[in-house]
Parts: sequence; structure tokens; C-alpha cells
Amino acid sequence: MYTLTTRDTTTTSDEAARLLTPEGHRVSDPRLDPWVADVGADVLRGLYRDMAIVRRMDAEGVALQRQGHLGLWAPAQGQEAIQVGTARACRPDDFLFPSYRELGVTIVRGGTPADLVLSWRGEVHSTYDPYELHLATPQIIIGAQSLHAVGYAMGIQRDGGGQVAVAYFGDGATSQGDVNEAMVFASSFGAPVVFVCSNNHWAISEPVTVQSRFPIAGRAQGFGIPSLRVDGNDVLACTAAMRWALDHARRGEGPVFLEAVTYRMGPHTTSDDPTRYRNAEELEKWRARDPLTRLEAYLRNTGDIDDDILADIAREADVLTGRMREAALTAVTRPAIEVLDDVYAEPHSGIDRQRARFSAYLDSLDADADADADDAAEVAR
Amino acid sequence: MTTLTMGKALTAGLHRAMADDAQVLVMGEDIGRLGGVFRITDGLLDEFGPARVIDTPLAESGIVGTAVGLAMRGFRPVVEIQFDGFVYPAFDQIVCQVAKLHYRTRGRVTMPLTIRIPWAGGVGAAEHHSESPEAYFVHTAGLRVVAVSNSQDAYMMLRQAIASDDPVVFFEPKRLYHTKGEVDLDLDIADAAPMGLARVVREGTDVTVVTYGAQVTTAMDAAVAAEDDGISIEVIDLRALSPVDYRTVAASVRKTGRVVVTHEAGGEAGVGAEIIASVTEQCFHYLEAPPLRVTGHDIPYPPAKLEKQHLPDLDRILDAVDRVMDRPHSLSVSGLTGVEL
Repeated sequence: MYTLTTRDTTTTSDEAARLLTPEGHRVSDPRLDPWVADVGADVLRGLYRDMAIVRRMDAEGVALQRQGHLGLWAPAQGQEAIQVGTARACRPDDFLFPSYRELGVTIVRGGTPADLVLSWRGEVHSTYDPYELHLATPQIIIGAQSLHAVGYAMGIQRDGGGQVAVAYFGDGATSQGDVNEAMVFASSFGAPVVFVCSNNHWAISEPVTVQSRFPIAGRAQGFGIPSLRVDGNDVLACTAAMRWALDHARRGEGPVFLEAVTYRMGPHTTSDDPTRYRNAEELEKWRARDPLTRLEAYLRNTGDIDDDILADIAREADVLTGRMREAALTAVTRPAIEVLDDVYAEPHSGIDRQRARFSAYLDSLDADADADADDAAEVAR
Repeated sequence: MTTLTMGKALTAGLHRAMADDAQVLVMGEDIGRLGGVFRITDGLLDEFGPARVIDTPLAESGIVGTAVGLAMRGFRPVVEIQFDGFVYPAFDQIVCQVAKLHYRTRGRVTMPLTIRIPWAGGVGAAEHHSESPEAYFVHTAGLRVVAVSNSQDAYMMLRQAIASDDPVVFFEPKRLYHTKGEVDLDLDIADAAPMGLARVVREGTDVTVVTYGAQVTTAMDAAVAAEDDGISIEVIDLRALSPVDYRTVAASVRKTGRVVVTHEAGGEAGVGAEIIASVTEQCFHYLEAPPLRVTGHDIPYPPAKLEKQHLPDLDRILDAVDRVMDRPHSLSVSGLTGVEL
């Protein structure tokens, strides 16, 4: 069992397991090193590519919202390493339960550019088929998905699938009853689930110290769940930690809790104004720990990335963001009557009655419009 | 036909559903070794094992939330909430997740959950053990809500609820757990009346009394008593509270022209209010008198020694029947018109 490494018992401690320093130097961590011993330049370039694409698409989401094409956007800037590193470590048939900010997880799991924008535009509540991507619909109720992941993992125990369920949530969610209950159930039943807590230091305007006066990873110990506090801006460390966690759960050893320490560089959502509650120095401190520049510096030092490769990645990202924009701008709102679709799986007399009434009402509008058109034609004659 | 208490009929229904479908599992507090505080899951652990009969930690949101995950994995969880007043910690998972996932995912994720709730009063219990929270769930789109009133329905409607691809909140009147009734254990689920159909349990011509759960027994007693005064009461057991079978209810009201709805829950924004609004919309020109509700008071559930003052009994139902029949009743005798009451 891993134990909490920090000697500093405050929540804001920077101490966390790390393999790449903010300056891009590879350092050793005996717990993490074995899990990435096989990771070479190709894999690292792939992780860089993924993170760069997530950042570019995230920026496009903000732009589309500012231009009025989306109702809202929850930026993930600064949190790319956790999302890409942990999701890339999963098997395709592991089932992931993200929150609304896990844009990078959706991209890694095969979500399309349209998947990223249509729900934020308000066309649909969700886009992709959860069973196709093995990815639940992003959860908006804080922490609720943690229980779904544990229940899914209990299902895996019963039908012997060998998969792992993964619950993503933030530091704010750790105050919720559901997350605590999820840890109780997971621990009591030894469910194959990995909790990935992105501690981005802010729950809208509330600092993490309001949620916890103790490093969050340390809480897991009290539930009997092994945990690790990892540098969430170090994609190599996130990959290693997640591989360890998945292996532990997959071997039937029970749940694992990862606290990935990061920072929400942007607002909570496009409706938020973080200048009201946090200062620029804090932002600059975290900008110096950026997950992309850190990996880029490392790969430049080793000679495994250059301007040409970066330009290729940028071009690829531009193509994808172009598709995002196109999906948002060409979205067709569904017909009015479809507002009543899919409330129930089986026929329902109440919905049938409302559909009949609303349908008649809509038809009457069409009839009015037809009559108006006839009148206009008559006048024209 | 077999004579079974409602409790044993529920056990038989669970047993049958688990035997028929290996994806069905039951979960809740004390439901394993103990067989549940009402013994409804008695014997299931021995028969089906701990993988399918799960004693859970004492956390209702956790029970329902993990059942959601199990349903996503392809299971059909039957959740027991130990008492009606304990369902509120699970309210968020029921309202925001169980009820909405099918709509949210445009039909890709189904939620074939059954949430069993030992329900309502009349058993002299402690606070939080006698509540009637059905209106919260009736108000929530995406859920089906049923309440059983006899052993046969307990057996068959539980099987139907478990077989449904929609989530069903299943209310079991604990006052009737020990009441015996005839059950056809061999009845095929396909031959049984659909879970959503109301039932005319007694035909009559003067007044329609609409009710559900343990109040069906009280309404039947009232109907027998009214016979002495030459009043013919038709009693309807709704069975399903969401959606309500308005075809059956409206047909009865068009026949009798008078309707009284009775339930244990308080009246404000309750099931009775909804039924009377809908019946008024659909049957206005057939009505001979204003529809009336006979409900619990709009109070927190009272202490056990006072619950008789809260639960609508036979006499209060008959008083309302007198009122819709334009006979002397409590308000007229008191010199009150009832308009402002």
C-alpha cells in the first residue's frame, strides 16, 4: 500500500510525486519509475500531441462561447496532463465517469469535435453513445458520478469483465456526501475503481482550503483506500500513477485514490470572473508549471521534438477546431415535438397525452401560418 | 390460488423475478442475513448468494447511486429503502440521475431500477417511519410510481416493476404487510393486468372514491357502510400513481358525477390535487358536485398516539361522501358553508 508522502499537512502543499520538473528535467521517483520504464519518445510525443490538441480545442470552445455560438464552456486549461495522462493509461473497455470539465478525457476516448460543442450549445444533453466510447455522459451534479463508477465496478466484480471503472471529480466534490459514500462502498466491497481527483485549487470562487484542511489524498487512507498525491501538471507522472492504480484495481486489490495537484488557469466557466477572488501572482506561479511547456522543454532537451513537429501538431489541431466550429455553426435544432422524446423507455400514457395535445397545438400554428400565407396571396392578387 | 400475506407475496415476487432473470439483484440495508427489517427479502441470500443479495453500507444515496452504475453495467437492481422517511438522502440520485439518464442520453442508457419503499402510517411507529412521500416522485418526470393494496398486486406488480425498462418507485403499505390475500403464483406476467392500469374494486353508481395503497381497504369499508344509507360508492384502486390511468377514473366519474379522492399524504400539491384537476378538466360537464379530497393534514407526521387524528378514516370519507351527495355533513351541521374552507 502506498502512503501519503507529504510531511506538510496543509492542503496547499506543493509536495507531490513527480517525474518531470517544471523546467522539464527528468527526475526519479522509485514508486513511479517502474510504471513508465517502457515509455519512449514516441509515446511522449503522442502525449504532447494530445495535450496540445486539448488545449487548442478548449480555447476554441471559449472563443465559440464568446462569439455567441455556445451557451457556456467550462475551460480545462492547465489540467491537460491529468486528463490525457490518466485516460491514455486506460484500456479501451475500462469505463470512465467524467465531470463536465474532462474535455481531454472525451477527446482521448474518441469523442468527435461535434461531441464537444453540441451539448454546450444546448442542442442536446449528450452526444456520443456511452457504451461505444466506454465513457459516461459528463456529470454536472458535483460528485454524483463517483457512485455510478463504484456501482459499475461492483458490476464488473459480478460478471468478471476484468475492466476498471474510473471516477473523475474535483477538489470541491470531495466535500460531497456522494464522494465519501462512494469511497465507503468501494472500500467495503473492494470494487475495481480508480478515483481521480483533479485538485485544481478552486471550486468556482472557493479555495481548496474551504473543502479540506488536510491533503485530499490523505483522506483516502481513512477509508482504507491506498492513495497517491501526484503532480497533475506532469503528464509522465500522471501516466505512471494511473498505470499503478489501474493495475492495483484490475488485479482485484480494490480501489485506489489519486489526487492530481493542478491549477484551473481559466474561469470556472465562461460565466465566471476569477479576478474577483484570486490574484495574478498565483496565476503566474502556476503558469510557470504548465504541463505543455514542461514536456516540450524535456523533449527539446532530448532532441525528440522540433519546430516542424510542433507545426504539424498545430495544423492537426486547427483541422479539429475547424470541425468544432463547423459543428456549432451548422447545428440544426431538433423539431419542437422531439422535446417530449425519450423521457421513458416504454410507452407512457401521460407523455402520449401531452404529445397529442402539443402536436395539435403545433399543427394549429402551421394551419394559422398557412391561412396567413393564403390571405397574403389573395391580397397580392 | 395460494393464501399469502402481502409481505410473503412480495418475497415470492422477488424470488420469482430473481429466478427468472440472473441480472436481477437486490440491495439495501439489512436485507441479507436478517432478511430486511420487514423480512421481505427473507431467504433470498441463502437461495441466490451474496453477489445478488447485497447488504450495503448505511447510506441511501450510495445505495441508489451504485444501483445506477450497476444498471449501466446491465443489471436490474431492486433497491430497498428501509423506511419511507429514509429516502430523502437518495433524493438527488433519484431525481437527478435515475429519472433523467434515459432522457439525457436520448434513450441510450436505460434505468431498469426498482426502488421499494415500505410506506405510510398506521403502525404506531417512531418519527420518520410513517411518511407518505409519493407526491415528490409523482412530480418527477422519468419515474414510474406505483402503490400496491393487496397480495396479488404485491406479487405481480413487483415482478412487472422489475421487468420494466423504466425506473419504478414501488410503495408497499407496511400497514398491510401482515394482511392475507389470495395469490395466483402461476399467473404469467404477460397475462396479468398491466402495472399502469387502475382497477375498479367495487362498482357503484352515486360516488367515485379514488384511492391507493392501504386506503383502499378504508374506502371499501366506507362503501359497505354507505350501503346502509342507500348510497352506492364505486371504489377505484389507482395502483399506478404515475402515470395515472385517467381512462378508468374518468369513465367512472362520468358515470357517477361525483368524486372523492383520499390518501394519507397531506393534500397540498398532492396526488389528490392532481387527480381532481385532471378529472375536472376531462369531466367538468358530468360533475354534479365539487370534487373533494380527504387527506392527511398538512403537518409533519404526528406522534404515534395522534396518528389516528391524521389518517383519513372511514367516517371522514363518509363525511365527504355526504357533502358531494348534498346530505347533511360536518360543515353544514356546524353552520359553515364550506366555500371558504
